Amino acid sequence: MTFLSLNMSVLAVIVPLMAAPICVLLRHSGLAWAWATAIAGITFVLSIGLLQHIMANGTLVYEMGGWDGPWGIVYHIDEVSALVVMIVAAIAAVVMPYAKLSIEREIPKERHYLVYCMFLLCMAGLIGMAVTGDAFNLFVFLEVSSLSSYVLISLGNDRRALTASLRYLIIGTLGATFYVIGLGMIYMMTGSLNMTDLATSLPEVQDTQTIHVAFAFVIIGFGLKLALFPLHIWLPNAYTYAPSAVTAFLAATATKVAVYAMLRLIYTVFGDVNPFETYGLRGVMIALALLGMFAGSLLAIFQTNVKRLLAYSSIAQVGYMVLGISIGNAIALEGGIIHMFNHALMKGGLFMAMGCVFYMVGSTDLKDMAGMGKRMPLTAAAFVIGGFALVGTPLTVGFISKFYLVQGALAEGWWPIAFMIMFASLLAVIYVWRVVEVMYFQKPADGDLSYNEAPIAMLIPTYVLIGAAVYFGTDATLTSEISLNAAQTLLGGSK
Amino acid sequence: MNIEIITSDALNVMTLLFMAVTAIAIARIRNLFAVVMLSGIYSLMGATLYVILDAVDVAFTEAAVGAGASTVLMIGTLALTSANENATPNKQTIKALIACTLIGFALVYASFDMPLFGDPNAPIHNHVVPRYLNDSMAEIGLPNVVTSILASYRGYDTMGEAFVIFTAAVGVIALIGRGRREKSANENMADANNVMKRKIVLRVVSKLLIPFILLFGLYVQWHGDFGPGGGFQAGVIFGAAFILYGIIYGLGTLRKALPAWLTRWLMALGVLLYACTGVVSLIKGASFLDYNVLASTPTGGQHIGILLVEFGVGMTVFASIVTIFCAFAGRAAADVNKVSAKQRSAGHD
Repeated sequence: MTFLSLNMSVLAVIVPLMAAPICVLLRHSGLAWAWATAIAGITFVLSIGLLQHIMANGTLVYEMGGWDGPWGIVYHIDEVSALVVMIVAAIAAVVMPYAKLSIEREIPKERHYLVYCMFLLCMAGLIGMAVTGDAFNLFVFLEVSSLSSYVLISLGNDRRALTASLRYLIIGTLGATFYVIGLGMIYMMTGSLNMTDLATSLPEVQDTQTIHVAFAFVIIGFGLKLALFPLHIWLPNAYTYAPSAVTAFLAATATKVAVYAMLRLIYTVFGDVNPFETYGLRGVMIALALLGMFAGSLLAIFQTNVKRLLAYSSIAQVGYMVLGISIGNAIALEGGIIHMFNHALMKGGLFMAMGCVFYMVGSTDLKDMAGMGKRMPLTAAAFVIGGFALVGTPLTVGFISKFYLVQGALAEGWWPIAFMIMFASLLAVIYVWRVVEVMYFQKPADGDLSYNEAPIAMLIPTYVLIGAAVYFGTDATLTSEISLNAAQTLLGGSK
Repeated sequence: MNIEIITSDALNVMTLLFMAVTAIAIARIRNLFAVVMLSGIYSLMGATLYVILDAVDVAFTEAAVGAGASTVLMIGTLALTSANENATPNKQTIKALIACTLIGFALVYASFDMPLFGDPNAPIHNHVVPRYLNDSMAEIGLPNVVTSILASYRGYDTMGEAFVIFTAAVGVIALIGRGRREKSANENMADANNVMKRKIVLRVVSKLLIPFILLFGLYVQWHGDFGPGGGFQAGVIFGAAFILYGIIYGLGTLRKALPAWLTRWLMALGVLLYACTGVVSLIKGASFLDYNVLASTPTGGQHIGILLVEFGVGMTVFASIVTIFCAFAGRAAADVNKVSAKQRSAGHD
């Protein structure tokens, strides 16, 4: 037991990481799937243990290779890291059981084991980014997760998946390059890569031109990765043409981890510099977040493919998270953090519902949704509930997030922002309603309304996420406690 | 002024100038074969620059990976497409120019407050580095400090990098790899068409060279703790020998010597060896990748640990490079076969 509690943090990364090469050796579709599913489950259990441990005992420090920071690589895990690890592991544990049928339908059999290998690598990369306390180690795991997600996206059975993936590869590599150049300059000015060490040494050089540019570079780098408006252009095609299970996993996790990395940079690495005031970042970030919320939602309204519609909605939802980070008081920050969790549940669930439709119909075009209320009642219902959460209806997780964000804005006396948060939700009503209307009130072209529901093995995972989106909407004590603690830890670091 | 300083400054300026010129040429030239060659030259000059800066390990990697392996892989890619870029008129050029200019200005703006080039008082030299330089002999016991940093102090990053290479190779198999039966048929066909078979000079010279390349690879692998080198460079050099063999004698012959299952196993086992070394430390009650506990004395343990993880890196890099090359070459062979089959059927008509 002590072995586990001592090494939980590193195990959460190396268990999926080491499982990936074994997946390549297994080389059998079914075996590789069973193996990856088991690993995702184990990692989820580890991540729960880690979160509990940190909620009980506070920040956890783990020294890789026994070398103390800043000489070696050190894990520095607080509530936010543990929460993000838990989000990634939980979504992986739910998506893996779902993925079997979906991937069998969409990807040729001889490549299945490679898909599961990439899945594990991507998961390990994302978790590795969340737990690390070293700014360069963050980059290394960013590379692992990015490379594997490019491959996963390109395996979509639409040929446009390849161009979507290539575009994501180019933009994602640009983002990573911006980050590593910025980090190079930071290293040049401080001689350190350790995040807590940087936090103490950066204020001395905060007014140099080099650090100004370095800060801009690292923020632009992760702005590209998290699809902050107007750096979002890679996202819609990537999410639309990727295999269903991949879209569900990436949409629920990848952008959240990038948001986390930005949070870490602003509140920990540059925590004592207070870039919101010193560099005037707050105005820019709030403006971009609001623009993203409106542009994403407006563009979503005009989409004719539901996966694409959800992708644009993701850009808007990322806007909410960034807004919470930028308003910057404890309540708004809590809202931003809790929305990372909440949005993972609802967007994961919604994309999984679309995966069910794709499995049965072979399309996610809006016109093919006609009559889904009769043909696939359970899937359609899951979509409606997820849609409610996206809008922010009370009793769903979306309401909890927006409640905190609005309160956070009001606490600063910024009522126009609070008003805009609610107004953007009205736009969400429009795009969700468009799909619901076609599903329930339009007849399909061939008039076929026979019952043709997706397999139960796909519906159960979908309902697990959708159910969680309702459960944590009705009883948010646990999630708010975790995110409030997380927000306080982050704000404590900036004083 | 000291003559040595003047010559090294002149060398720096010249090399950087040449690199800038090459970079502009790469951006302007539309013939992709020339672009690949120029980027190889660019890497080689980068390597020269690192040698002048006394960063021989980095220079070694840049020469082996940048100038060597990636040039071969890019030529392999060219075999799949055409050597000329289809320049499409692009409305985005102005926007791209503005973005590039802005970033360029930002970089220049940033350079004003940077520590002076070679300044001994720069933060880089005075924060973490003194411990690496002064204490690594006692803590790790290797004369090559770079190896100590890469494989031990920051060994976890190196493991991550090995996994990046593994991810890239598996990604290439997932994207352009083919089924087993189809592959071997293509390879044999390609061998029959291989023009290299008739080039007797190349065949003899490569046969003479390959054993020495392999020997040098082994030297770089096992001597990395004492001199420049290590798993990354050794893996690339070892891979280069096999790629040379594949180019001259054909893909089918290469795959007979080094079957696909073997590279796949080596690729996976290499990263597993690295990670398992860390797990052994865990089981022995220390932190992940803490080599001190691997033997009776800490430096002895460090030695064993570093040898093991470097070997793991070498295995994965070697197998990954060969895998990526074979995937591209196999694809090209398939395309050639399609074309020649078409020509044959056209000839019958």
